[in-house]
Amino acid sequence: MAPQTLLALGTVILLLPLLTFAVLIFFGKRMGRLSGHIGTAVLGIDVLLTIFVLITKYTTKFAETVANGDTGLFVKGALIQVKFTWFSIGNFDFRVGLGIDNLTAMMLLVVTLISFLVHLFSMEYMKDDSRFPRFYAYLGIFTFSMLGIVLANNFLFMYVFWELVGLSSYLLIGFWYEKDSAANAGKKAFLVNRVGDFGFLIGILFMYSTYGTFVFDEIFKSMGMGVLPFGSGTVLTIAGILIFCGAIGKSAQFPLHVWLPDAMEGPTPVSALIHAATMVAAGVYMIARVFPIFTADASTVIAYTGAITAFMAATIAITQNDFKRVLAYSTVSQLGYMVMALGVGAYTTGFFHLVTHAWFKAALFLASGSVIYAMHRSAHHLEDHHTDVQDIRNLGGLRKTMPWTYLTFLFVTFALCGVPFTSGFMSKDAILASTVAYGMLTGHWLIPLMGFAAVGMTAFYMFRLTILSFNGKPRNKIAEHTKENNFYIVFPLVILAAASVWGVYSLNPLNAHTGWFYEKIKQPESAVPVEYQWKHNLVEKEYDNNPVQGAIAGTTSAVEKEETITRFEEAVEQAHYPAMILSILIAGGGILFAFMIYQFKFFDADKFARQLGFIYKFSLNKWYFDEIYAMTVIGGTVLGAKLLALFDNKIIDGIVNGTSWITRLSAKFTGIFDNVVVDGMVNLTAKVTGIFGLGVGKIQTGRIQTYVILAVIGLITLIYIFI
Amino acid sequence: MTITIGLNSYLIVSVLLFCLGLFAVITRRNAIMVLMGLELILNAANINFIAFSKYGGFNIEGHVAVIFVIILAAAEAAVALAIVLNIYQNYKHLEIDEINKLKN
Amino acid sequence: MGGYISTVFGSSILTWITFLPLLGMIAMLFIRSGKDDDTKANTDKIFKWMTVGITFVQLVMAVIIYLNFNNSLTGINNVDGFQFVEKVSWIKATLPMVGNININYFVGIDGLSAPMILLTALICFCAALASFSIKKSVKGYFIMYLLLDIGMMGVFVSLDFFLFYVFWELMLLPMYFLIGMWGGPRKEYAAIKFFIYTLVGSVFMLLVIIALYFSVGSFNMLDMMDPAKYLPGSLLAGVNTSWRFIAFAALFVGFAIKVPIVPFHTWLPDAHVEAPTPISVILAGVLLKMGTYGILRINFAMFPDGALHFQFWIAVLGVVSIVYGGLCALGQFRVGKRDLKKMIAYSSVSHMGYVVLGMSSLRPEGMVGAVLQMFNHGTITAMLFLIVGVIYERSHKRGLDDFGGLANKMPIFMGITAIAFFGAIGLPGLSGFISESLVFLGSFKTYPYLTMISAFGIILGAGYMLWALQKVFFGKLPAIWSGPWDPTHKIYKHDDVNAIELGALIPLAIVVILFGIMPNPLLNMMSASLDHLVEFVKVSPTLFSSIL
Repeated sequence: MAPQTLLALGTVILLLPLLTFAVLIFFGKRMGRLSGHIGTAVLGIDVLLTIFVLITKYTTKFAETVANGDTGLFVKGALIQVKFTWFSIGNFDFRVGLGIDNLTAMMLLVVTLISFLVHLFSMEYMKDDSRFPRFYAYLGIFTFSMLGIVLANNFLFMYVFWELVGLSSYLLIGFWYEKDSAANAGKKAFLVNRVGDFGFLIGILFMYSTYGTFVFDEIFKSMGMGVLPFGSGTVLTIAGILIFCGAIGKSAQFPLHVWLPDAMEGPTPVSALIHAATMVAAGVYMIARVFPIFTADASTVIAYTGAITAFMAATIAITQNDFKRVLAYSTVSQLGYMVMALGVGAYTTGFFHLVTHAWFKAALFLASGSVIYAMHRSAHHLEDHHTDVQDIRNLGGLRKTMPWTYLTFLFVTFALCGVPFTSGFMSKDAILASTVAYGMLTGHWLIPLMGFAAVGMTAFYMFRLTILSFNGKPRNKIAEHTKENNFYIVFPLVILAAASVWGVYSLNPLNAHTGWFYEKIKQPESAVPVEYQWKHNLVEKEYDNNPVQGAIAGTTSAVEKEETITRFEEAVEQAHYPAMILSILIAGGGILFAFMIYQFKFFDADKFARQLGFIYKFSLNKWYFDEIYAMTVIGGTVLGAKLLALFDNKIIDGIVNGTSWITRLSAKFTGIFDNVVVDGMVNLTAKVTGIFGLGVGKIQTGRIQTYVILAVIGLITLIYIFI
Repeated sequence: MTITIGLNSYLIVSVLLFCLGLFAVITRRNAIMVLMGLELILNAANINFIAFSKYGGFNIEGHVAVIFVIILAAAEAAVALAIVLNIYQNYKHLEIDEINKLKN
Repeated sequence: MGGYISTVFGSSILTWITFLPLLGMIAMLFIRSGKDDDTKANTDKIFKWMTVGITFVQLVMAVIIYLNFNNSLTGINNVDGFQFVEKVSWIKATLPMVGNININYFVGIDGLSAPMILLTALICFCAALASFSIKKSVKGYFIMYLLLDIGMMGVFVSLDFFLFYVFWELMLLPMYFLIGMWGGPRKEYAAIKFFIYTLVGSVFMLLVIIALYFSVGSFNMLDMMDPAKYLPGSLLAGVNTSWRFIAFAALFVGFAIKVPIVPFHTWLPDAHVEAPTPISVILAGVLLKMGTYGILRINFAMFPDGALHFQFWIAVLGVVSIVYGGLCALGQFRVGKRDLKKMIAYSSVSHMGYVVLGMSSLRPEGMVGAVLQMFNHGTITAMLFLIVGVIYERSHKRGLDDFGGLANKMPIFMGITAIAFFGAIGLPGLSGFISESLVFLGSFKTYPYLTMISAFGIILGAGYMLWALQKVFFGKLPAIWSGPWDPTHKIYKHDDVNAIELGALIPLAIVVILFGIMPNPLLNMMSASLDHLVEFVKVSPTLFSSIL
């Protein structure tokens, strides 16, 4: 198969959901329920196409092609891409394009399959909603944007679709905008993401202004040849961290994780699609995409951010009582794992966890949707509109009434906790081994420490959730009268649970490194000059011989690299089994502890909480992040805005109005002066003349006789004088 | 007592005539009377012209001037009477003290 | 001399497009406004449709100009680069003391003015449709409206500084009456403030025009850009002299008032709040652009040395405008009457800041981004004001607290509003994104730190826009909105947008989306000229010195 065809298929996969969006936004209302069928069918086609692309991509080796010029088709190694000019300014072209490599192909499957299952799930879940067609339209544009991020081979497209994903997330979180909390949550998500995008944008500006292009492989190539932003490795580190800021926002990393739990206000299928499996993974995917640009320092920042996120979110998840919020914090925690893995340099492992997590977390959310939906129906049936059906303290005993949901939920919980024979076990174990190796090589032991602590907590809170919701006796009538849902809801659960079995990735349940996943998705070589990289990530042999040359990307071909092994990879292999045993023990301990408290009630949970006092409250209130932000950043901005608006109104406008006041005042004085003094003189002259005239005017009687007399008198006077 | 009629006699008559005319112009209130006074003044002047022409060694100039004055007086009388007639039509009287609409 | 036009307009299409409204004005003068209600309604209808017709013909002509525009010609200071040029002697006189006055009717367009012509025609058409809500002395309104139209078109086509000034002032007068007579409760205050503030700027400009005239000996703008044309020893001759800097600063202040750049902006919120909807649309859509157009056409091209000298400070002013305007817009949620129009007015200040920042970068990306931003801000903000007009028309209210939950009642309106609001936020796929990105790309190369500060604008922008969107469209419908309009009980109707309103909004929405996805048609139009402008500004100090 020609690479062009593959790219064309990729484009079709990308555009099909956009087509559904366009159709449904205009004609959805008239179609009614048909719109759901259309959306689902289109996504079904998308999944089939994606599977075809994936298999073709993984089984075919394409001949290298270099286009004639800057635009056209490029095939190099595993990457097939097309570049074209979006717009140009004078002689300068803004080139963008789409690319497919093994990472992309895998991610395409994750997005389309989960999107398809969520479409299917929503057929039942959203069927009574008055804006059912609108919902499918939004799902369409979300899927389109997400696929855009996946297929983008440049920062510009990445940013474009990044923002569009933000938009669709905003629309879907605020789908029930009549509720203030939903509208607020949508706004919060968008704004918090914008803060991250602010950094991302500046990072992109650094890249563009240095390399004059947005296309990833061109940037990597120039960087590998030693071109650095402002000629400095430190600036490259800063630029890397700024780009990572985008991921902090989108993947809900500390300290911008606050939007994700609130985003649970959206419909549950949305939570599964966007806030568990795909959109939040976009940040992780982006880190993987631009992996070659991160320096050692930037990577360390990334690793610590991930570790802190994983740990912090796990501590919060323990005390939450809302079904979906527990899962939300769990998602934040798991995203922290992925970021941490990428930060320590375990590229494939981090992405592996993204994929496995996508399946089981989507399953967990859909299962929670199934529970909520069943509870809603039951509550509706009993005409109880006050009970919060999402609160796990109102659930219980659902094991009997909802067996399919229970079984799938239990299995994917095992996956999340890292119980052997699940996909989650393999990926999480690989991450922990990598962090241990990182600790061994660099001395950053805090990272594995937080990673292991989070494992225990994850096991604990997940089983707390499972036991409280599904085990025991129903706590109220609503839970007692729940019924298992129909095919639309159960089928996606089963598929996703099946995808979480270990065998999907590797036949060896203890080590994923031997499976096809690790074989196909290879860590790219760093483009950063050698002095800014971790030495342990360099290929040892070449590093020993010629430290400079070894680091320049592109000079060593992929074949050479396969034969050599870095010190990091060695250390990971060493750490593999100890880390695995430790993680099984810790996870087992967490599960055991959960059973002791919630199933067998050896300890009283409330008493326990009271004893812990402040720590419990700290966790329950989510480390007071929202309160701190409300006081500092938001409060500060709002106060600043208010003061500035007042300043503008009173001072700046005051100056303008003051000027006019002064002008008017001086005009008034001038007016008075003019009236009194200047005009006064004129009037005085007139008055004097007038008075004089009045006196003389007396003689002017208007009677001819008078004049004649006067004339005669005058004549006589003259005669008297002269004669 | 012999009375020789010379220049003085003419001048005395002329002065009397002038004074009578002036008196009429000043004292009469009726516009016609005023006009008649004016005619008297003019004729007083005419007598002077003739007298000086005769006794002053002038030739015919005085006579020419008198004829000129008579013609003018006739014209003047015609115009003035026309005005007076109009005034009368407007005011129904000819008291010149009352005719002061143009004043002020 | 570019651009062959195969129409009845011949080579004088610029004169036609500029003075076409004059024909309308004359025709309207001969139509008597009806006396009683019935005939008045009929004649009012004639006035309305006549204006719409005239502006539509203008729009068609603008499109004809666009289709015949030669993208490869440069313009700016090069007379051969101008297209559709017309040059006729206008005023020729010999005056004592001054000498020969020679003023030409000299018009022509290049890549800088052509997008503005398109924008003006488009906005005037849409605002004419929005004017259907005008009830009071309709005849006078539309005559003023058409006069304003002439003034705006004239400013963008003039190449003679005297002519430019005439049009500049011509546009001021109808604007004064349009705000002062058809405006809101404080219309007199707003109108006078607008008038005097702008007049102060005009005075600065006039002084510089006179100085330039005595230094160059003609009013031809292109001569004023040519250092060789300056009379030796005259006031503004030479390069980097303090007189030239003073002249630059005076002109800049004159135009900055119009843009408006902080701190000369306070007339704008008042004028917007009080002006009737269509006038707000024109004010934001076209009038503000005249300021930045003037800076580019006159300040940068005539005083390139000044532009280089003040480059950094112009950038600072741009950044201050962006952040200050954004914060003030956000502050509207906390102070005052929470007026939606005021918020959009401040957002205009912020968005025009991008234009200033972009042009100060003196790079092709930044410059093109700036002019594109002028166009995009014109269309997007025009939409925003039209949207406010739509809800004002239905409720006679504009406060943010007076609304809520409109999304369910007016779904079509909601969709269009979303386009406008997200366009203003700078969402990719809509036109605002391209121009803002280009501005950032250009200015980052010149001033990385300033650009980082200005990027806060995108967070603030999202903040106030989403806030307003939520206030107006989401949440619950206030009780006052829950019935048809009933004057006795003061309850309001909430029908969706009607055909006329859609007629004004849809063309703008299409433009916003189209140029968000395919900006090339516009970019190609302007890039040759703007490249040339950047080049000219950068090399001219050496050019000037070499001539001296």
